[in-house]
Amino acid sequence: MDKVMSNKLMIALYVLPALIMVSIFVFVPLVLTGYYGLMDWNGIGAMNFIGLENYKELLFDLKFWDSVYHSILLAIFSTLSLGIYLLISIVLDSKIKGSDLLRKIYLIPMLLSSVAIAQLWLKIYHPTNGMLNSLLAFFGVDHTPDWLAEPQIVLYAIFVPILWQYAGFYILIYYAALKNIPNELIEAARIDGASPLQIALKVKLPLISGIIKVTIVLAIVGSLKYFDLIYVMTGGGPNGHSEVMASYMYKEAFSSHNFGYGSAVAFFLLIITLITTYIIRKLTASKEDEVQY
Amino acid sequence: MKRKAVSLMFLVLSSFLVLTACSSDEEGSGDDEKVVEFMHLWPEGNSTAHYNIVNDIVEEFESENPGVKVELEVLSNEQYKDKIKVLSSSNELPDVGMTWAAGYMEPFIEGDQFASLNDILDGEFGDLFVPGTVDAYSFDEEAYGLPLELNIAPVFYNQAIFEEHGLEAPETYDDFLNIVDVLTENDVAPIALGNKDAWTGSLWYMYLADRIGGPTLLTDAINGDANFTDDAFVNAANEIQSLVDKGAFVKGFNGLGDQEAKSMFMNEQAAMYLIGSWDLPNYTTSEDVPQEFRDSIDYFKFPTVDGNGDVDSFVGGPGVGLFVSENSEVKDEAKAFVQFFVEQWGEEAVQEAGVIPATKVDTDEVDLHQMYIDVLDDLSNASNITLFADVQMSPDAAQKHLDLIQGLFGAEVTPEEFAEEHEKAME
Repeated sequence: MDKVMSNKLMIALYVLPALIMVSIFVFVPLVLTGYYGLMDWNGIGAMNFIGLENYKELLFDLKFWDSVYHSILLAIFSTLSLGIYLLISIVLDSKIKGSDLLRKIYLIPMLLSSVAIAQLWLKIYHPTNGMLNSLLAFFGVDHTPDWLAEPQIVLYAIFVPILWQYAGFYILIYYAALKNIPNELIEAARIDGASPLQIALKVKLPLISGIIKVTIVLAIVGSLKYFDLIYVMTGGGPNGHSEVMASYMYKEAFSSHNFGYGSAVAFFLLIITLITTYIIRKLTASKEDEVQY
Repeated sequence: MKRKAVSLMFLVLSSFLVLTACSSDEEGSGDDEKVVEFMHLWPEGNSTAHYNIVNDIVEEFESENPGVKVELEVLSNEQYKDKIKVLSSSNELPDVGMTWAAGYMEPFIEGDQFASLNDILDGEFGDLFVPGTVDAYSFDEEAYGLPLELNIAPVFYNQAIFEEHGLEAPETYDDFLNIVDVLTENDVAPIALGNKDAWTGSLWYMYLADRIGGPTLLTDAINGDANFTDDAFVNAANEIQSLVDKGAFVKGFNGLGDQEAKSMFMNEQAAMYLIGSWDLPNYTTSEDVPQEFRDSIDYFKFPTVDGNGDVDSFVGGPGVGLFVSENSEVKDEAKAFVQFFVEQWGEEAVQEAGVIPATKVDTDEVDLHQMYIDVLDDLSNASNITLFADVQMSPDAAQKHLDLIQGLFGAEVTPEEFAEEHEKAME
């Protein structure tokens, strides 16, 4: 087998099928998207080459920049929420009673499909019959908010289920990472007289820093291209106040039939995501960085 | 060892070939048999009656036309819209399929995807349609689609709630405002509106513009013959905002979908609901809805505003229609099928599925619920039917219109800004 693996041609042959797959389904569409972005095209008729017009228009499209702002807000919130998840997993890891059950409960939202979650939260947020407003009314609030209709609230109202949806995922990752820390290290720290807080901050956290970096990248990139719940729950409305980049792209390409412009938005989204990933990697890079992503 | 590796490689590669071969064409039926592909959007699950009628018609067509076979592909609404776009971009539309009117069709017509149907419309067949309905599918005097449905949008209201508060169906807009006032004073939500979808709010705006500015104003403005900054439009927008201020619409309407609004109306949480007559089965024949509720529902025509306007002018229009693909290899058979389908559909649709067809219905011949007969009468007495604004406009303008409607209802734009933005969107 070593002989086979040292044969460059063999390696190439083995890698080929996967490479073809990835090219056809990822790289070719990427290039095509960039290409369509140069076109004035409604998705059906003839394409007109218009150079960088779509991208120029994009620079001055206030609705688009609103959606960028919303996406970045989401990225910030999901990154901040990672701290809470980390805290929860450290608590779960500390052999409290029922941690197994709790871990499973936290994971449940991840098992539901986005559409089911959206339906669930639509019911919770319903302005008159919803659980949340009924609760508020019970406590004597006169003017209960219209969660998904008021421009100032809608974005944050929709962030809640998005963060809730992924909580279990990150908690699971952190929990697994914490479990992987060799017990000897913790025992050694304890014998040296470290308090539980010190163990958590000075032993556990540094040991899982690689994982933390990965989750930060996942959270930010995932937020920037986030789509599902927003599309189902508000469709970007009212009047664009919960629009994010991906939902704006969908609207342009498939509702307004501006396929060329939609492609330009998609390509821009890709570039923003790439740049962000690069920056985070630079910022968090350390010498012994072993985790590659 | 090397040989083993090579053979493994071949295995992997050949499995690839098998996989791709699976998806190859299935069109290889017999030489003498012609196949008409028909794609429709009424799946068995949620449109059982429609689905069954289609199957009956196809069966009948096949038995009357030996040698022609109709192959069906059934998708749900949204999937259908996606698939038809993808197919058309690769010139692979089914021989017969479904389309929506006006603005929706435009890209397909520009891309030469639909065949002209003028040749079958000449003569008796063309007279079957309610006058004007085919126009919504016509460009430059050429018809590219034949409508299957025709709807108007009346205001449905709950008689039980009205009686409880001593109210009657309004004759004038002042009556209507009075109803709104009485209901809000008694803590009853007057109007169910799901403005997340925005076309629902657009109906209210369209009616007000129609009554204040005359029945053709909106269509003229969309065609560029009138201006969206016209006083009538500004007044209509003003009126919308004062309705919102009065609390005429259910709480949080801008975040509610039409389905949610409907369920509030059907749970008697709101007294009125403006929607197309496609909803009639819910208020007449549907067994899923309690009899008591169905009996308590009636409808009224949108009232006149300050003595202006004509109550017989409606917002509405044809729904889905049939098209024949320009690239079809069996165009003659496809057209024959479309003609046959429309004729049969006209006879069965109302009775079996509660759909009002775009062909004339003889109300004496069929046994219908009174509300259906009323709507059919209103349709035949209608002085004007203004096609839904978002259908009339090109897709791009329609999207802007819908966003603006949400902004107007949410009081984020003034009526003047609304008018100006609208005019810009039309360019």
